Amino acid sequence: MKRFAIAGGFVVAVAVLALAPLCLGAYGLGLLIGLAGYVTLATAWALFSGPTGYISLATVAFVGIGAYCVAALSEVLPYPLVLLIAAAIGLAVALIVGLSTLRLSGVYFVIFTFGLAELIRQLVTFYEINVTGTLGRYIFLGITPEQIYWQLLALGVITLLLTWWIGRSRIGLALKVIGDDEVVASHVGIDIARTKLALFAVSAVIMTLVGAIQAPRWTYVEPAIVFNPTVSFLVLIMALLGGAARLWGPLLGAVPLFMLFEWLSANFPNHYSILLGLLFILIVFALPKGVLSFVEDNWMKRRGPRAADRSEARS
Amino acid sequence: MIVTTLIAGLVLGGTYALVAMGLTLQYGISRIMNLAYGETIIAASFLAYVLSSSLGINPLVSLLVAAPLGFAFSYMIYAIMLRPLVARSKTAMSLEIDSILATFGLLFVIQGVMLVFFGGNYISYSYMNFGVDILGASVAANRLLALVLALAIGGGLYLLLTRTLWGTALRAVAVAPSSAPLVGIDANRAVRLAFALGGALAACGGVVISMYQTFTATSGVVFTMKALIVVIMGGVGNLLGALSAGLILGLVETFVATYVSPGLTLAAVYLIFLGILLWRPSGLFGKARR
Repeated sequence: MKRFAIAGGFVVAVAVLALAPLCLGAYGLGLLIGLAGYVTLATAWALFSGPTGYISLATVAFVGIGAYCVAALSEVLPYPLVLLIAAAIGLAVALIVGLSTLRLSGVYFVIFTFGLAELIRQLVTFYEINVTGTLGRYIFLGITPEQIYWQLLALGVITLLLTWWIGRSRIGLALKVIGDDEVVASHVGIDIARTKLALFAVSAVIMTLVGAIQAPRWTYVEPAIVFNPTVSFLVLIMALLGGAARLWGPLLGAVPLFMLFEWLSANFPNHYSILLGLLFILIVFALPKGVLSFVEDNWMKRRGPRAADRSEARS
Repeated sequence: MIVTTLIAGLVLGGTYALVAMGLTLQYGISRIMNLAYGETIIAASFLAYVLSSSLGINPLVSLLVAAPLGFAFSYMIYAIMLRPLVARSKTAMSLEIDSILATFGLLFVIQGVMLVFFGGNYISYSYMNFGVDILGASVAANRLLALVLALAIGGGLYLLLTRTLWGTALRAVAVAPSSAPLVGIDANRAVRLAFALGGALAACGGVVISMYQTFTATSGVVFTMKALIVVIMGGVGNLLGALSAGLILGLVETFVATYVSPGLTLAAVYLIFLGILLWRPSGLFGKARR
C-alpha cells in the first residue's frame, strides 16, 4: 500500500513539474532548467560513487563533451542523432578512463578524474586551434527553453528510476558488497572491475546527455566555459549533502544547494567561492553522512531506542 | 636550442620536485591528501609579488619570510581543521575522503580570498631578468637561480630527514605509524610537524615560482595536480623519488612544448602518469605493496 502511495506521489510530482513552465516566467523556467540539470547530475554521480565510495571529479569532463558534441555537430546532423553520438562518445571516454583507472585504489582515482576535465579541455583546445582553426562555436538550434526543460526532466526521472532499479537488482547488491569490502566481494565471485566499469559508464552517459541537452541554452560555447571545474565540485557537494548512498539523497541535496548558490552568486558575486568553501568545510564537519541520514537518525532516536540502535548498527 | 630546452626543463622540473617534496611529506607522513596545497604555493607567490613590487624587497628575502609563514599556517590548519577529522575517522579510507572534502573547501576559501584581493589577472614581476651564457645557450638568470634554490632547499630537506634524530622520527612515523609510539616518538606531534614542514616547502616553491613565471589566483589547482602526479610517480613519502620524478616531468613537459606543441603538455604528463599507475602503482622507486 505504502509503495503505491510513493509511486503515485512520484507520478503526481513529475506531472506538476512537467506543467510548471506553463505558469512560470522566463526567469522561473531558467531556474527550473538549472535545477533539473543539477538534480540529474547529482543523482547520476551518486549512482556510481554512492555505493562504490569512489569520489569522481570527472563530472564536468562528460558534461563538456556532451555540450561540445552539440556545438560541433548540430549544424550538419539532426538533433536526435547528435544526442546519440554525444552519448556514444561519452560512453567511449568513460570506458577508456574506467578500464585504465578503476582497478586503482581510491585516491589515485580522485586525482586522475581531478585532471581529466583539464586534459580534455586542453585536447579540445589543441584540436580546435590546430585543425579547425577556431576557438569557440555558436549553437543555433530552434529548441525552446521549455523543450530543454522537458528533456532534462525526462532524463532526471529516468536516472532516478534507474538508480532505484539498480538498487534492487543483482548488480546493486554486488555494488553494496564492493563498497563494504572488496576482498569479500571478490571471494563471493563478484567481477569487481566489470561491475564498477558498468556503473561508471552509465553514470557518465547520463552526465554527457545533461551537457548535450543544456548546450543550446549557452548559444556560445568554448572550452573554458564548458569545462569549468566548479561544476564537478558543486555536483559532488550536492550529492554528499543529501547523502550519496540513498535514492533521494542527491535530489534533497541538490535542490536547496542550487537555490543557495543561485542566491549567493546573485548577491555576493565576489565572495562566492569563499562562502562555497566554508560551506563545504561545514558540511564535512557537521554532517559526515549527509542530511538525509542525519534527519533519519534523529527521527529514529525520538521514536524509540530500538530503532536508533538499528540505525547505529547499520552505519 | 637543445641546451636551452634542457635547462628550461631542469628549471621547471626542479620547481616541481621542490613543490612535490612538500606534498609527499604531507601525504606520506601526515596521511592527509591536501588538495589546497597549490593554493598555499600561489599565496606565497602573491606574498613575494607584493613585497617586491610595493616595498622593493628582494625575493630571496621574501623566501625567509614566506617559509616560516607557510610553516605556521599549515600548522594551524592541521591543528584546527584536520586534527578533529583524524580523531573522528575510524578507517584510513574515511579519513582520506574527509580530508579530501575538507581541503577542497579550504581550496575555495584561499582561492576566493586571493581573487578578492588580486583579481583574476596574470601577475608577474621582474627580478634578475638578464641572460647568462651556459654552453653557448643564453638562459635567464632568474631561472638559473630558481633551479639552484630548488636543489638547495630540496637537498637541505633530505639531509634534515636522513641525518638528524628529528628527521629519523618523522621517517619512523611514515613507515610504521602504530609502532613509532613504542620507541618514544610522539606520533601526533611528528605528524603535525611534517604537515607544517610541507607547508613551508610549498611556500618556498611559491616564491621560487614567482621569480620566473606568471601566475594567477586560480593557478594553484594545476600545481596541486602536477605535484600529486610527481608524488605518485616517485612513490608516496619518498623524497628522492619525488626529486627524480619532478625532474622527469619538467623535462618531458618542456621537450613536448618545444618540439611537439605547447597544447599537448598535459596530455604527455597524463600519458606518463597513466603508464606509471598501470606499470608500477607504488611509484618508480617504491616497493610493490602486494
